[in-house]
Amino acid sequence: MYDFTYKKASSIDDATSSVAGADEGVFMSGGLTLLPTLKLRLANPSDVVDLAGIDGLAGISVGGGAVEVGAMTRHAAVNQSSDVAGAIPALAKLAGGIGDPAVRNRGTIGGSIANTDPAADYPAAVVGLGATVHTNKREIAGDDFFTDLFETALEDGEMVTKVSFPAPEKAAYMKFPNPASRSAIVGVFVAKTANGARVAVTGAGSCVFRVPEMEAALDASFTPEAVENISIPDGDLNSDIHASAEYRAHLVTVMAKRAVAQANG
Amino acid sequence: MTTTVSMTVNGKEVSAECEGRTLLVQFLREKLGLTGTHVGCDTSQCGACVVMVDGISIKSCTVLAQQLEGADVTSIEGIADGDTLHPMQEAFREHHALQCGFCTPGMVISSIDMVNRNDTLDENTVRRELEGNICRCTGYHNIVKAILAAAPVMKAS
Amino acid sequence: MSETGIGAAVRRKEDQRFLTGRGNYVDDMNRPGQSYAAFVRSPHAHAEINSVNTSAAEAADGVIAVLTGADVAADGIGGLPCGWGITSKDGNPMAEPGWPILAAAKVRFVGDMVAVVIADTIDQARDAAALVAVDYNVLAAVVATDGSDAGNASVHEEAAGNVCFDWEFGEKEATDAAIDGAAHVVTLDLINQRLVPHAMEPRSAVAEYESATDQLTLYCTSQGAHVQRLLLGAFVLQHPEHRFRVVTPDVGGGFGSKIYPYAEYAVLCWSAKRLGQAIKWTADRTEAFVTDAHGRDHVTKAELALDGDGKFTGLRVTTHSNFGAYLSAFAPLIPTFLYATLFAGQYTTPAIYANVISRFTNTTPVDAFRGAGRPEATYMLERIIDQAARETGRDPAELRRINMIPADAFPYQTPVALLYDSGEYEAALDKALDMADYAGFESRRDEAKSRGMVRGIGIATPIEATGAAPSAIAGQLGARSGLYESASIRFNTTGNVSLIIGSQSSGQGHETAFAQLISDKLGVDFDNIDVVEGDTARSQMGLGTFASRSLSVGGSAVDKAMDKIIDKGRKIAAHLLEASVDDIEFADGDFTVSGTDRTINIGAVAFAAYVPHNYPLEELEPGLEEQAFFDPANFNFPFGAYVCEVEIDPDTGETEIVKFSAIDDVGNIVNPMLVEGQVHGGVAQGIGQALLEGAVYDADGQLISGSLMDYTMARADDVPDFDTDTTVTPCPMNPLGVKGVGESGAIGAPAAVINAVVNALSPLGVQTIEMPATSQSVWQAIQQAQA
Repeated sequence: MYDFTYKKASSIDDATSSVAGADEGVFMSGGLTLLPTLKLRLANPSDVVDLAGIDGLAGISVGGGAVEVGAMTRHAAVNQSSDVAGAIPALAKLAGGIGDPAVRNRGTIGGSIANTDPAADYPAAVVGLGATVHTNKREIAGDDFFTDLFETALEDGEMVTKVSFPAPEKAAYMKFPNPASRSAIVGVFVAKTANGARVAVTGAGSCVFRVPEMEAALDASFTPEAVENISIPDGDLNSDIHASAEYRAHLVTVMAKRAVAQANG
Repeated sequence: MTTTVSMTVNGKEVSAECEGRTLLVQFLREKLGLTGTHVGCDTSQCGACVVMVDGISIKSCTVLAQQLEGADVTSIEGIADGDTLHPMQEAFREHHALQCGFCTPGMVISSIDMVNRNDTLDENTVRRELEGNICRCTGYHNIVKAILAAAPVMKAS
Repeated sequence: MSETGIGAAVRRKEDQRFLTGRGNYVDDMNRPGQSYAAFVRSPHAHAEINSVNTSAAEAADGVIAVLTGADVAADGIGGLPCGWGITSKDGNPMAEPGWPILAAAKVRFVGDMVAVVIADTIDQARDAAALVAVDYNVLAAVVATDGSDAGNASVHEEAAGNVCFDWEFGEKEATDAAIDGAAHVVTLDLINQRLVPHAMEPRSAVAEYESATDQLTLYCTSQGAHVQRLLLGAFVLQHPEHRFRVVTPDVGGGFGSKIYPYAEYAVLCWSAKRLGQAIKWTADRTEAFVTDAHGRDHVTKAELALDGDGKFTGLRVTTHSNFGAYLSAFAPLIPTFLYATLFAGQYTTPAIYANVISRFTNTTPVDAFRGAGRPEATYMLERIIDQAARETGRDPAELRRINMIPADAFPYQTPVALLYDSGEYEAALDKALDMADYAGFESRRDEAKSRGMVRGIGIATPIEATGAAPSAIAGQLGARSGLYESASIRFNTTGNVSLIIGSQSSGQGHETAFAQLISDKLGVDFDNIDVVEGDTARSQMGLGTFASRSLSVGGSAVDKAMDKIIDKGRKIAAHLLEASVDDIEFADGDFTVSGTDRTINIGAVAFAAYVPHNYPLEELEPGLEEQAFFDPANFNFPFGAYVCEVEIDPDTGETEIVKFSAIDDVGNIVNPMLVEGQVHGGVAQGIGQALLEGAVYDADGQLISGSLMDYTMARADDVPDFDTDTTVTPCPMNPLGVKGVGESGAIGAPAAVINAVVNALSPLGVQTIEMPATSQSVWQAIQQAQA
């Protein structure tokens, strides 16, 4: 790691002004992506601004048909929350499948979605549930938040403060993990919501995406059979030593089918 | 530029000068000489570096020392009661759940954390919960046995 | 059986320190005035070095020195040596290009070292290493094991076509005739993929030099301190052995990768001498992936001939092996004499011929990895036998059975040089089949099918040659050193024992098992025995731990040394008890005058030997310390029978091992708990090779699977609970009757797993699959078969 100046921000304003005032400042939430990146000397920030000391950024509240998760809420907290498990069990389960127990004790939802690793799990829930991402400046619809590989709608100095997930009628997340890293080769989040069915896919493409054809089929019939013969084109999908684009496309269908079955109990 | 970082490690107040980039595992190993916590990878995968911070397990290779100002840290050196092994350590010994010993400190702490977090454990749960700890020697068979044996002892005490 | 003697599942002496964080691995050590090294490594697989500019690095904070390949050459420091020579079938010696410890003219793999930066702190060293500017002229790379890209580049001038050797073994004419005249010939192409050994403790070393005494000390993680000293001191550094001490403390796993003298260690020693101070280096995992010697990497075509009754009549094998960029210390041995000599397996195949072509490529050097040649042989043989069973409509267990060497045929001379010591192969097979409920498999297959899953069962009946080595035979086969082992038993004055041995534990539990030998035979309290390893200043000589040799070779040396202790003890006891030596008996730690109750404990004998008031000095030297060397008359041949049962999800290709049954016969057993642990670990690595692991290079020589994010190490939920048991056929080749156990699981498991996978998939039309049989490759195999 190159050396840097560490600062624990006391408020959102303190954090944003610290990053703005640095030669090259970065926010750090859980650090689970940033620190390994720095260890490999793939980045050389002058200042690392820790968000963990900011009051009000961590926490879960449930009410009004929605689950609000503060940006600095650790994965373990979401996984273990009985409120989340009651309102959106698929979200609690998804959080319990991220990384490993020690990683879940540090990793945060804000860090996960702001980084938007193509293999991250949370983006599937944000899009799959039609969540709203709250930042220090505005609200961004989940559908508009993830824009490309490691790219989001966040502007310079903008940080995620919380994510609001509307509770669906039912939902489930199915992940096919990379055997080495255990992150998602393909993860499919399906939900039956007040505004129709949603199918969000992570791991397969440059960032999370929806599958309108499956959503239409599930609107007609929310059953595994409705999606089992719908395949997505593999032209733009990721390909690596663990999974070709063709295999990923196939897994999207299999995971979607299994997710619907699980959502239906 | 260095900053003085203070925390409680294994029940003792400690402090040391740290750079921004100083990781908790470096603080423990290099500043305090607590070399029981090991570094087995650089991608937060292997779990040899797992310690307890404020009662929960974390990977000490993926947290900065300065982040933990004032924290309460327990490393493998603080698990036994003097020469009396913790029930998890004793179960590892009894069931031959370690060979080279390098992954063992992280494995023991993750296992204690696992028992703390789960009211009941079965073989499948133990194997899944060990996802963040890699062992190259034992094939995990005896580690799983040791955890299942230690859990009721820990719960009873 | 005593509670701490041979056969007891004694809990380990090592564990108290390992469980409480008090182990002492090299990176835990720090020497006074120590500085730190960081290496500048090539990012290119193949490139000429135009220039190395060190000025920015030299000016950086805390930097003490920046040294390059030019400095190495100027100091006349030699390259890394190779410990085994092979002769090609045309009579020419193998191509043996040099391996400079820092590259000066050309880099030949990603990770090859160009310079070392030494600084006050590790971060300063690494910061400055990033400032060393190397101007490369990047060349095309070669990576293919089968030489299909050999025209792209020449790795070494000395190796035409990048070939190190083209070697043959066995009886070509007889084998060709057997195949030509066979009722059935089975052909199988297979790949034994490249593996990264991945000991959990990365390599680490501290070199220290005291100019006033010319004393050089290297603390390094290794599988044998003496091998490091011999090869580094005599061949690289030209530092006199009596002033060169190598210390290896606790070792966090080895699996072969820590046998070899590495360039980093040589550079540290050389730099420490130049600078007159201690220098430390510890690999991070990224470095370990590209610099720890890799394992395996074969491409093979095998042909097995059978007569009308299913008896094997001939086996012909052509293998291409990949050595990587340089010849690692024991690389030439692995795909030759540790490979082709095992082609008989447990079977009576009368005619065998092997042709092995080993090549240089622009990849990390390849050497022994747990099993070393024998997993490759076993995988090839046990796979083609299953293929033969499928093609001839025979049950794979029965086809093995009718070809097995019968129990009354030992010692058994195979057609590939080895003389098998002892074995009861059918007994092990029967036990494994029973444990696996082989007979009931078809109903389980049907039950799985009703759930949409496909099940398969696979067998492997491996044999291995362990206990390297009979030195005379090894020498005839190309070994450049003998392979005996030593032990020294020192009774301390008050009767406790220091056992100093030349082997080196990297987790096997030597401190426990070797103490059991002493406790058992000399009757010394187990707690009063300490085992000392890993210090050239304390042990006389030793070749270290590899090839499952520590107990059978090193333990036998301990046994011989104990005999000498008893002999001398009897003389001392005879004097103390005022009896004739011929009347002194020894049992359970006591010397007794035969037929009397006059007795003296060995501890009291030791006390008398060291602080004598009444001692026959003219007849007997004081002291009770004895040393012995053991060089076995032959290898020993552990064997076993493994049965693996898998269930595959055809929708995803995921393979779950639902049951793994392993019977091993490793001769007499000193500590069954340790034996079981070795089998578990070996089987897990074998399963890892079969289903998960693989080092993948792209055409440019970049290691794509260069971290744990992409190289799949088995985790707890990747492997099942193992069913293990043993049969015992004592080894006649050593006094303890033991055979090696360290590698059996890694040797037998891959074929059992893949045979099970192919068995599961064959109803879907799949004929074969390569390792690792990942979910993706299983799914693809199904798609291709169904297309």
